[in-house]
Amino acid sequence: MSAIVSEIFQPIPPRLAPVKTEGTLAWIRLNLFSNVWSSAATLIALVLITYGANRLLSWGLLNAVFVPDANQCQVVRGNGACWGVVSEKFNFIVFGRYPVSEQWRPFAATALLIALLVASCTRAFWKRWLIGVWAVVVPAYFVLMRGGILGLPEVPTDLWGGLPLTVMLAAFGIVLAFPIALLVALGRRSKLPAIRSLCVVYVELIRGVPLISVLFMASFMFPLFLPANKSPDVLVRVLAGITLFSAAYLAEVVRGGLQAIAKGQVEAADTLGLSYWQTQRKIVLPQALTLVVPSIVNNFIGIFKDTSLVTIVSLYELTGALELALNSDAHWRPFKLEAYLFIVLIYFIFCFSMSRYSLWIEKQVKRSKVR
Amino acid sequence: MTIRSPYKRHSWWRSQASRGLLYQALLLSLCLAGVWYLAHNTLLNMSARGIQSGWDFLNDAAGFDIGESVVSYDALDPYWKAFLVGVFNTLRVAVIGVVAATVLGTLLGVGRFSHNAIVRGFCYGYVELFRNVPVLLQLLMWYLLLTEALPSLDQAISFGSIAWLSKSGLILPVPVWEFGHATAGIGMVIGLVAASLYRREAHQHFEASGRQHSMVWLPMAIVAFGGLAGWLVGGAPSTWSIPTVDGFVMNGGASVTPEFLGVLLGLVLYTAAFIAEVVRSGLNAVAHGQSEAAASLGLNRRQAIRLVVLPQAMRVIIPPITSQYLNLTKNSSLAVAIGYPDIVSVANTTLNQTGRAVECVAIIMAVYLTMSLATSTFMNWYNRRAAIKER
Repeated sequence: MSAIVSEIFQPIPPRLAPVKTEGTLAWIRLNLFSNVWSSAATLIALVLITYGANRLLSWGLLNAVFVPDANQCQVVRGNGACWGVVSEKFNFIVFGRYPVSEQWRPFAATALLIALLVASCTRAFWKRWLIGVWAVVVPAYFVLMRGGILGLPEVPTDLWGGLPLTVMLAAFGIVLAFPIALLVALGRRSKLPAIRSLCVVYVELIRGVPLISVLFMASFMFPLFLPANKSPDVLVRVLAGITLFSAAYLAEVVRGGLQAIAKGQVEAADTLGLSYWQTQRKIVLPQALTLVVPSIVNNFIGIFKDTSLVTIVSLYELTGALELALNSDAHWRPFKLEAYLFIVLIYFIFCFSMSRYSLWIEKQVKRSKVR
Repeated sequence: MTIRSPYKRHSWWRSQASRGLLYQALLLSLCLAGVWYLAHNTLLNMSARGIQSGWDFLNDAAGFDIGESVVSYDALDPYWKAFLVGVFNTLRVAVIGVVAATVLGTLLGVGRFSHNAIVRGFCYGYVELFRNVPVLLQLLMWYLLLTEALPSLDQAISFGSIAWLSKSGLILPVPVWEFGHATAGIGMVIGLVAASLYRREAHQHFEASGRQHSMVWLPMAIVAFGGLAGWLVGGAPSTWSIPTVDGFVMNGGASVTPEFLGVLLGLVLYTAAFIAEVVRSGLNAVAHGQSEAAASLGLNRRQAIRLVVLPQAMRVIIPPITSQYLNLTKNSSLAVAIGYPDIVSVANTTLNQTGRAVECVAIIMAVYLTMSLATSTFMNWYNRRAAIKER
């Protein structure tokens, strides 16, 4: 009877210690050598990285020429980078054809504009007086850039170029596009068929064609559209084109936000007796726009990159200014790649920091939803 | 104090419906007035500047050469044929680009979930680097690298002496066109039909009996067999045109121009970064519980991915990936910057030669609109198929 349950204590062997999952060594084992394939990939990658880093270091740093001397650059060509081209052409690449003696002006104006944009993106400045600051800074920007008053020599818009033009087209493009986008997004969700279909046609038409065709239109067709001798200059036309283009994309982003608002919100507003515009202004838009701020920032990044296309209609922003600076200069033309890498760095710094900002905003928005 | 009767008939503007009509009428008349004003100005300006309008120029001889073309074309051909060549060139770069970007983007997106930290880091770095630099700049850089950094034709880099890479582009061996290739194509189409019939049958059998059949390899074998049979029936042509480089002259083979390669590389590498993000967020969107539930039902890892994770991820992936395809197609218009003869480039040349700005811009827009609508129609159809089947 007691044969089943043994009275004698029989210890089972101790369990193995658990595999360590903390610390550097454990991390390396888990993330680099977890199985045969992973180990093989790690080894191959290490070999490639060592080789690539070695080549890159000797080309970009050890054999590179940093002084603006074309002859010295010619000697190391193929083995080392010629960063001298950047210091030689720096002013032209960054400021385009803007007169050299006046280049402090685009610098100051762009710094002002960027500071304003950064401030507008920072929580501490989300106050009512920020609108007043905008109202002061934007005219100041144009006074600085254009001149003609306050003793500043006038600089016509066709001499504007480089990074200031890139920042300006992107910033004003999206700021001007926003009100249009808001109206179009609301119109697309309107119950009135004529308004709705007009908005649908506008959005789908613009989103169906490339920016370049809109720019061609701005450059070749806008002058025909307006009465002769009243045609605005090419910068204004291109800005109008960019604005119309980004408004369509922005409208879709805003519409996404509007769709995410529960129907009960609108019904509750109706019950309270709010009118259509009161409902939109006080109930729907504050919630919808908060949701889509990250997408708006991503949209801005897109426009910032797309401004590079205006070089095709002869406005010399960053990319165009570089082409203009090097294509006509036989001494420095062979070192275009280094100059390209320089503006790649500029674009990357701008876009990458903006995408980090967008991620930060996304986290902030999510935080408000957590109960 | 008078008390208003609640039944008093309101004036017509108190009614929402009639106000709606008024607003719409106002907006429409505003739009029509605007269009009329612009058209009126355009006609005035055109007659003042002596610009001709109309589509008659399409039949005139174009008078310019196009570097590469799928259909035969020379400078004496009319403008409409030049436009056709441009459309084909745009389609060629867009179709190949979409396929390549999808493959690369999917690999990079899946790579973000790798167990290997280096693979993860590489995919992350790639995405951040390539999507934060304007695509035009990337195109210009690839074109510069292809035309400056590569050796000239007489010192071309050889791949097993059958393909050559140089400043003049990539030269590849191609099969010499014979009747047998047509029959092989027909055979593959028949194979495709047979394979899809088999798949339907096999699926019904699976639903009825639960017995699994080969759903991938056997159908693929059927298609391959169809092609092979057609090729044999057509006389099994096997002549290849192998290029040879003799000094500065290249004989035989087919060449891919550096312009095409530059556009393709730039577009594919740029769009792949975006597709990688789409794929990553799609896979992320499938709740972890889904794969755990699949595992607890006894599905193995491959089955879980194929039957549980992917179908749900696809639903999230398809809409944004469609807009990436459209972006790639639209970005192919940047080819004009490096001289690849796409539709924008042809239209630009025509515009400069004939001065018909309105017509040329209209042609560009019409071509892209058609392509966009066709792509989104197809993808919407696919999306409906993949969408969740609700009650």
